[in-house]
Amino acid sequence: MKLITANAPHIRSFDNVRSIMIDVLIALIPAVIGASIFFGWYALFLSILGMAVGELIDYIIMRWIRGKKDFVPDGSGAVTGVLLALNVSARLPVGIFLIGLIFALGVGKHVFGGLGQNIFNPALVGRVFLMISFPTYMTTWIIPGAGFLKSPWDVQTAATPLMILKEGGQMNVTYWDLFIGKVGGSLGETSVLLLLIGFVYLLLRKRIKVMIPISYIGTVFVMTAIFYAINPKFGDPIFHILSGGLMLGALFMATDMVTSPMTRKGQLIFGLGCGVLTVVIRLFGAYPEGVSLSILFMNSLVPIIDAVTKPRVFGEVKR
Amino acid sequence: MKLFTFRGGVHPPERKELSRDREIVRAPLPSRVFVSMSNHAGAPAKPVVETGQEVKTGQVIGEPTAFISAYVHSPVTGKVVEIKKMLHPVIGKPIDTVVIERTGDDDWELLPHGDFERFSKEELVDIVKKAGIVGLGGAMFPTHVKLSPPPEKKIDTLIINGAECEPYLTIDHRLMLERAEDIAHGISIMKKILDVEEVIVGIENNKIDAVENMKKVLRGIAKVYTLKTKYPQGSEKQLIYAVTGRKVPSGGLPMDVGVVVQNVGTAVAVKEAVADGKPLVERGLTVAGEGVNEPKNLIVRIGSPVSWILELCGGVKEETNRIILGGPMMGIAIRDVNTPIFKGTSGIVALLPEKPLVPKPCIRCSRCVEACPMNLQPYLLYLLALKKRYDDAVKEGLMDCIECGSCAFICPSKIEHVRYIKLAKNVYRALRGGKK
Repeated sequence: MKLITANAPHIRSFDNVRSIMIDVLIALIPAVIGASIFFGWYALFLSILGMAVGELIDYIIMRWIRGKKDFVPDGSGAVTGVLLALNVSARLPVGIFLIGLIFALGVGKHVFGGLGQNIFNPALVGRVFLMISFPTYMTTWIIPGAGFLKSPWDVQTAATPLMILKEGGQMNVTYWDLFIGKVGGSLGETSVLLLLIGFVYLLLRKRIKVMIPISYIGTVFVMTAIFYAINPKFGDPIFHILSGGLMLGALFMATDMVTSPMTRKGQLIFGLGCGVLTVVIRLFGAYPEGVSLSILFMNSLVPIIDAVTKPRVFGEVKR
Repeated sequence: MKLFTFRGGVHPPERKELSRDREIVRAPLPSRVFVSMSNHAGAPAKPVVETGQEVKTGQVIGEPTAFISAYVHSPVTGKVVEIKKMLHPVIGKPIDTVVIERTGDDDWELLPHGDFERFSKEELVDIVKKAGIVGLGGAMFPTHVKLSPPPEKKIDTLIINGAECEPYLTIDHRLMLERAEDIAHGISIMKKILDVEEVIVGIENNKIDAVENMKKVLRGIAKVYTLKTKYPQGSEKQLIYAVTGRKVPSGGLPMDVGVVVQNVGTAVAVKEAVADGKPLVERGLTVAGEGVNEPKNLIVRIGSPVSWILELCGGVKEETNRIILGGPMMGIAIRDVNTPIFKGTSGIVALLPEKPLVPKPCIRCSRCVEACPMNLQPYLLYLLALKKRYDDAVKEGLMDCIECGSCAFICPSKIEHVRYIKLAKNVYRALRGGKK
């Protein structure tokens, strides 16, 4: 019998980074399936490609470029890949998507030191990079419902509800359309229902900082309600929380563990900031949608939020 | 039913079913004991016996050297064969250890004893001190020090800790079932010493039978509160907060909020010292863990070698790779299976190999922050310790850490927060050079 003198605690929870990432991937399955039903097989292809290539890029960078010979894949690259796929149009060419993914992981994550060190959500870094570099490809949306087998390049293009709102056009979508996802948009920003199913899964598995989506969506609802009361042209609050990338952003991007605050109070402030910025960009900015930019901006404030929302140590006297 | 608890904490697998239903049995007398002069928190005792000297059971073999120190007694009747330095697993340094070879059955040297009502408070504290009683929950803080708070600290509540939140350990549970009368007797003695009316016994709700039994036996002596089963419910500060709502100030002691906390095992030891005149030479402990063939709750003499105790429990499985003194959350893994047990050893847990941990960088999941019962940010303390920024770590509450291990238990990245925090504390204390 050979004894080892490990440090206390001698028992550990079964959770590990990989199981968390796998749970996030599972939570995104409904949205991916939904996207492939609405937009066709190419959506499914992009998601799976993103997953595989994301993990591969992580592996290559860690093993060969950064020389970490003991690196074991942890699934975080796959999560970034799927999230980026959910953030792009269903007819984005593969080449452009891969450029975005390489940028997302390379510059968004590994430049900062890899997993856990990055300041910005890598998938959003990739999305914004593509938006700036390939604006036409990134803003050409197709109408949903053409069928799984249809090639996306044969499908009619469509504007997103938020674009219509920005241009002051006539809206012909119902809340139900928005909720189940029968609208134009990126892969993952269409169906609120499917995103919520995934979110509930993460909630049950206790894998999510739940304060962020509550305060984010709550803030957007309250603010747009105020503006709607002032002038109905801004769009009503239910429309705002159901449309665009808000659900995807609030449920899966803003809640990224690495790039969000550590305390409940900090998470509340983070969600609040994201909400205010999203509404300001949507209603007064040049872009029709502001979820990704809002989250990235708030990501940069996380160290400050963490510093001001330190919990008071048990038994510490109020100063 | 109202459950008392605190904020934070974790739920490790309890694994108490291994030994929960085993009645306490008295182990035979060991043939050889190794009694450390550091069987308590504080300064090690000074050996007062010589090699070759005959000693009786209960005879003083070590005397306290400071205010926070304690008497050490011979656990057997026999002959001192050697006084040598032995590695102390908790302190991590060699400490004087008296090796005694047993020559016969117990020939007791007893303390003055009898009905506690006959003694004055001072006499009772003196008996507790002379009996070498220390906190049997694991911290081994000398009990007579706790029972004689300075006069400016008014104590109004005595809390008896029956939480037993460490996985695997069941000895306190068994004591509350089998020795409730002795616990009640010990409580009455401590009530008289501290001159308090309010006594609260806290027991986790995974021991409902103990709660019922203690309620029955302690009627009119103490209140029994049911605590939520959560680790570290038995931690002193968390227990005080759970049952009284008082928060021990940072850097302070329970007496600062008018509370003294004693373990149920300590209550039994106090009873045995005062009523039976027996110094603390034996204690109850749980031998459990997947590596033990026959888990048991035993009463064994202090200084018995772990290997000998494990033999009494049918030995350990061949694959066993960790033997822990105490529970698996805060206990110390020993390298040498011949290490003796101490007054604070509440259990011996033998664990089988597990999948090697793959450490990953912190992914800021914030679970350690949610789990920390002291409201600290363990991820931050870990990072600061790693970067050797000890002063900053102290500003973030490093010294408030109770080292319960909740953060390291819950961490998905398998970071060893407690190891780095302990290291940082030691370095900080050394650098500070004793200054406050």
